[in-house]
Amino acid sequence: MAGLLKIKREVEEFKKEYFDRNSQAEESRQTENRAALRIQSWFRACRARAYLSHLHKKAITIQKIWRGFTARARFRQMVKAAYLIMKMNFYEEMAVRIQRRWRGFFVRKYIHNFYARKRYLEGLSRKNALVRRELGELEELQKRERDCLEMVKEQTAKVYKAHRLHHLLSTKQCPGVFNSPFRPAPHEMELLLRQVKYQTPTRLAPSGKSCLLGMPGPAAQSYPGTLGSPLNKTTGTGFSPRPVLPPIATKKQQGLFREPGEVWEQRVRCPDLTLRLQTSYTHLEEAQSQLRQHKFMTLPSGRIETGSIIRHLSHNSKSFTQPACGNSVSL
Amino acid sequence: MSQRQIIQVFEQYQKSRMQFVQTVADLAARPQNIEMLQNAGVMTLLRPLMLDSVPGIQQTAALALGRLADHSDSLSEAVVREDILPQLVLSLASQNRFYKKAAAFVLRAVAKHTPELAQAVLACGGVDALVLCLEEFDPGVKEAAAWALNYIARHDAQLSQSVVDAGAVPLLVLCLLEPEMALKRIAASTLSDISKHSPELAQTVVDNGAIAHLAQMILSPDAKLKRQVFSALSQISKHSVSLAEMVIEAEVFPAAIACLKDPDEYVRKNVTTLMREVVKHTPELSQVIVNCGGMAAVIDFLGESSGNLRLPGIMMLGYVAAHSENLAMAVILSKGVPQLALCMSEEHEHHIKAAIAWSIGQIGHHSPEHAKAVATSNLLSKLLELYMEASSSEDLQAKSKKALKSILQKCTYLPGLEPLLYDVPSNILKHVVCQFSKVLPHDSKARRLFVTSGGLKKLQEIEAEPGSPLQDHINNINSCFPEEIVRYYSPGYSEVLLERLERFQPA
Repeated sequence: MAGLLKIKREVEEFKKEYFDRNSQAEESRQTENRAALRIQSWFRACRARAYLSHLHKKAITIQKIWRGFTARARFRQMVKAAYLIMKMNFYEEMAVRIQRRWRGFFVRKYIHNFYARKRYLEGLSRKNALVRRELGELEELQKRERDCLEMVKEQTAKVYKAHRLHHLLSTKQCPGVFNSPFRPAPHEMELLLRQVKYQTPTRLAPSGKSCLLGMPGPAAQSYPGTLGSPLNKTTGTGFSPRPVLPPIATKKQQGLFREPGEVWEQRVRCPDLTLRLQTSYTHLEEAQSQLRQHKFMTLPSGRIETGSIIRHLSHNSKSFTQPACGNSVSL
Repeated sequence: MSQRQIIQVFEQYQKSRMQFVQTVADLAARPQNIEMLQNAGVMTLLRPLMLDSVPGIQQTAALALGRLADHSDSLSEAVVREDILPQLVLSLASQNRFYKKAAAFVLRAVAKHTPELAQAVLACGGVDALVLCLEEFDPGVKEAAAWALNYIARHDAQLSQSVVDAGAVPLLVLCLLEPEMALKRIAASTLSDISKHSPELAQTVVDNGAIAHLAQMILSPDAKLKRQVFSALSQISKHSVSLAEMVIEAEVFPAAIACLKDPDEYVRKNVTTLMREVVKHTPELSQVIVNCGGMAAVIDFLGESSGNLRLPGIMMLGYVAAHSENLAMAVILSKGVPQLALCMSEEHEHHIKAAIAWSIGQIGHHSPEHAKAVATSNLLSKLLELYMEASSSEDLQAKSKKALKSILQKCTYLPGLEPLLYDVPSNILKHVVCQFSKVLPHDSKARRLFVTSGGLKKLQEIEAEPGSPLQDHINNINSCFPEEIVRYYSPGYSEVLLERLERFQPA
């Protein structure tokens, strides 16, 4: 029984212990549970962190490689560009050097050519001297021509006067007014009177007078510009310098008078215009050709114009041909 | 009463009318009689006589009227007011040539005075009738008509445009071919007056082939014709480059230069004017003239003429020199500068002096070499004198100042510059000192000369505001001399020396 009792007691004890233990376990369960949670969380965090750091490491590796690659590529580009720039600079410098030389040479040779300029200016002063001389000569020539005309006029007037005074010529018996016996030599008028031939007054054609007045014209044209010719010319020519005197007494036509009314009509009537001109039809052409010839004669063309010098001088191109004064302008 | 007596009455009346008209015409030839004639009412008396049955009387009346109108402005207005013009124009077409001449004379006399009167002639159809007269056979009529057209066209562009529109130009060009000198002269003068107004009118004249005919007449012996021809050519060429080129291409040039020795001074003047008008357009045209020796001829011409005749020559030199430094050098080589200096001393009128100053400025402003040529002719001091003179006109002062300034900025010829250090206004002095400051640092001989000639002394006496460009230039110059010399020449240095003498204690 004892054993039974013992067992009973043991059962009792067991029950009690069981209860104690359960209650104790119940007491600490919450704490344990929290502790387990913490442990688990820590562990998981560790794992996650390890994973993350692993990922970071990988990313860095990737980035590192990529960045290195691009930077190297960029650097290569930069080097290339720098090299290009350096090369360009060098070439440009060389080009400038060539251009400098060339431009200097070109300008010196063709644009601001010192020697050409010097030659031009020298040629110009030569040309100027030439022109001055030519113009002086021309002036001299013109002056002489005018003097000649003047002389011719004077001479004609003198001869005319001599004709008028021809009756004062001395004769063998009786010396004239101009041939005073008290003078050593006769007056020059007397000499002139002797030269002049007396002509009986004839009725001259109207051309005689116009010839007298128009004489200086043709004489001036045919003048060679030398002195001495006017005298023989005027005295030697055949025309008479005597003017035409009107007839002293033209007999009036005697006869029937016209009716006064008719005369009146005639006086009132206005002069008609006629187609007849004083000059001939070809007068214009003649005058032009005469003018052209005259031009050739009076202005020797080749002397004023020294074309070769000019062409030589004009070093910049011009569209103008050098004028030659000899050629007549076409009508 | 017999028939004879009746006729006698008429004859007497006609005779006395004739006598009256002739006397009036004779009286009207003298300007002093005009007033009296006007007061006596000559206008109202002449008007019916213009419609007289006898052509001789009509014609003489027109002549008298023309003379009256020729002399006085108010009488021409009276002619317009009395409505004489329409009937004149009407009869211009129908009457004989003597009357036409007289009528054209009246129109000319009326149109001569003012543009308004010329406009009145135009308004009553005068221009068309005159152009019809140009087709006449008689050279006298043509001459009178051309003359009247000339007086109408010379007033302004509009009037000459109407003359051109009436078709006068081809006929005038034909008139140039006539043998009569007087007609040629008038035709050339009319062409000149037409073309002077505008490029278009000149172009019309050129298109009708006037240049070739004009160029042909350059060598004619008649001086008055040559005057008109050259005036026409210059009026044509003044407008544009192309017109001037056409004149050059007509081979005017060496022959025209020969005319610079003509006995007639107006021919010479007009030739120079032509050259001036051609030259002013482009460097190429000037080059043509210079190459054919025109420069030397013009410079000789300047020496032979005087007064206003010189003006175109002087301006031509200026125009040529303005184009390029090469041409300016050509002017200098042709001895243009001494000639201009001579002109400057001979002429008294301000406008001519102004032109000379302008030309000198154009010659000298290219390079130091040009400026030296001007300075050696002693022209700088003359320009300064003109600028400083109170009596000089404003234009002259401005021109001489400009010329002086532009030459000074190029001039490195120090002996020529030195006189300009004395008695010069500061605006000129600035440039002079600037030139010195540029040259002296590089030229030791010039430095010595500058000291010995007293230039440095003068320089120290100049009072410049500190900081002004003048002061800078003075400092520049001073810095290229030793300090003692500068101090020696400074004003008041003797007092400083004396002071030092007083302080000095002998040991």
